[in-house]
Amino acid sequence: MGKIIVLGQMEGSQVSRISLEALSGARQLAAATGHTVLAALFGPGDPPEQLAGADIAEIIRLPNAELADYSPDHYVAAAEALIAAEQPELLVTGHSYQIRDWLPRLAARLGRPLISDCIGVRDAGAGRWVRPVFQGKISADVQTSPGLVLVSFQSGTYRADELGSGSPTVRTVPVDLSAVESRLQREEKFQEAKGAVDLSRAERIVAVGRGIGEEENLQLAHDLAKALGAEVGSSRPVVDYGWLDHDRQVGSSGQTVSPKLYLALGISGAIQHQVGMKNAGCIVAINKDANAPIFEIADYGIVGDLFDYVPALIKALHAR
Amino acid sequence: MRICVLIKQLPDTGSALKIRADELWVDEDNLVFSANESDSYALEEALLMKEAQGGEVVVVSLGPERVGQVLKDALAKGADRAIHLHDPAWEVLDSLGLARIMAAVLKEEQCDLIFTGLQSDDTGDGQLGPMLAELLDMPHVTLVVETELSDGRIKVKQELEGGWFQYVTAQLPVLLTIQSGINKPRYASLRGIMAMKHKEIKAVGAGDLDLPADQWVAGRTLQRLYVPEKTKETVFLEGSPQEVGAALVDHLVNTAKVF
Repeated sequence: MGKIIVLGQMEGSQVSRISLEALSGARQLAAATGHTVLAALFGPGDPPEQLAGADIAEIIRLPNAELADYSPDHYVAAAEALIAAEQPELLVTGHSYQIRDWLPRLAARLGRPLISDCIGVRDAGAGRWVRPVFQGKISADVQTSPGLVLVSFQSGTYRADELGSGSPTVRTVPVDLSAVESRLQREEKFQEAKGAVDLSRAERIVAVGRGIGEEENLQLAHDLAKALGAEVGSSRPVVDYGWLDHDRQVGSSGQTVSPKLYLALGISGAIQHQVGMKNAGCIVAINKDANAPIFEIADYGIVGDLFDYVPALIKALHAR
Repeated sequence: MRICVLIKQLPDTGSALKIRADELWVDEDNLVFSANESDSYALEEALLMKEAQGGEVVVVSLGPERVGQVLKDALAKGADRAIHLHDPAWEVLDSLGLARIMAAVLKEEQCDLIFTGLQSDDTGDGQLGPMLAELLDMPHVTLVVETELSDGRIKVKQELEGGWFQYVTAQLPVLLTIQSGINKPRYASLRGIMAMKHKEIKAVGAGDLDLPADQWVAGRTLQRLYVPEKTKETVFLEGSPQEVGAALVDHLVNTAKVF
């Protein structure tokens, strides 16, 4: 039987949550195919406790100092050497921004298909995968050709706490990266100066999307937020247009929030937005498009023009 | 300096999409097409750079006849020339096949910079940029939200997750994938539209490239499109705005208990 290698992405001394989810996905793939699961960790440092009791055959370390900080040239070279040494059937990981940055490059070097943003497995043995297209409005079953396949799972596809129990052995794979030249100079990471609002603490959020149409119409969202005792948040386009500050943006490139109430006005609910808000206690969506993906995760849905429904909702809240 | 911008044409954001009878794509009849959103920002960034530093902007797109329109739009905005990749043999491509075709074309162009949007809003693979950079043996940076070019080097601000950023510097040539919001894409001026009519759109087919056909055979093929299975039972509220408003408040107070 073959091997499934899970690339564990590190956040400090811990394996990131999305990597643990990928590991849990790999276990399900292994159960369906009879393959064994190996976790690979880049960079010096001991394997974290998180994996000590997990149901993994082996933890593979690539302890090169060159892998301590992210460098696409070095990560691609290391993964290429790892694959040459281990000959896995599948290389599985979480669909983080960093993975989006370098995994396609690896796929091109190897000449193998990459299923990015994978949200499910239709048939593991046959190589049939599920991924969103048209910003999540439609799902697609995708078939890969026989041979090595690279897969990055979207956040939330599997549960991070389903790692089973086992006692993986730890093995070091020596990889020589001394000839790899980094063509990028990276400075320290930083966050923009924090604004006045911290959406992650908000109990209620009124979020606006492209459907708000014009900047002047934002007043309606502010009025509704006031009536609800809520903060105003938004999806990416509204911030791109410069109508709201970046600290009000919810989604993979902005804030992750979990308020009691998330009321989405004119937000279609692309996957990048959903990952930032799907854990809200109660999700209400108002959208003209009955097929908008936001309705897949909404508790309450109103299909219609927000300019008809929001004023009536504000009135009803005042009458409460 | 030569900047090449890759643009994909796809259905307008907000289009009502209908899955085709063979379930392999959406029905394209009656759809309005436009440039992929982040590709429009990529084009604008290239035009701004050309205006500041001089040079040439070449726009490239692959697809059927209709794709000529996004190339014309780009030329009207100020791009200097266009390459339209069009061949019946390229109807079904995966990211790698597309990247190999683009690499074969761009190898000839000797670009100093290549810009693409960070991902297309139809297939959403987000793979073409880094793959193309690998095939052309140049460095790349994804999710770029700011650029600064000087003396053959480019310093960019890269967006990371959760509100984090990082400055990254590279020697040209380099490939960047551009994030939406980096600038304000312009509209074409009347003068630009007139000038466009004299600009070149070069048609390139499979026969024009030094690339064996097995290089674009897909390792990854769409099998079936369908409307996603719902994960939640949604209560849809119907009626007049007054009725719906009152009903929603009742649900929020008494069922969801959000106050």
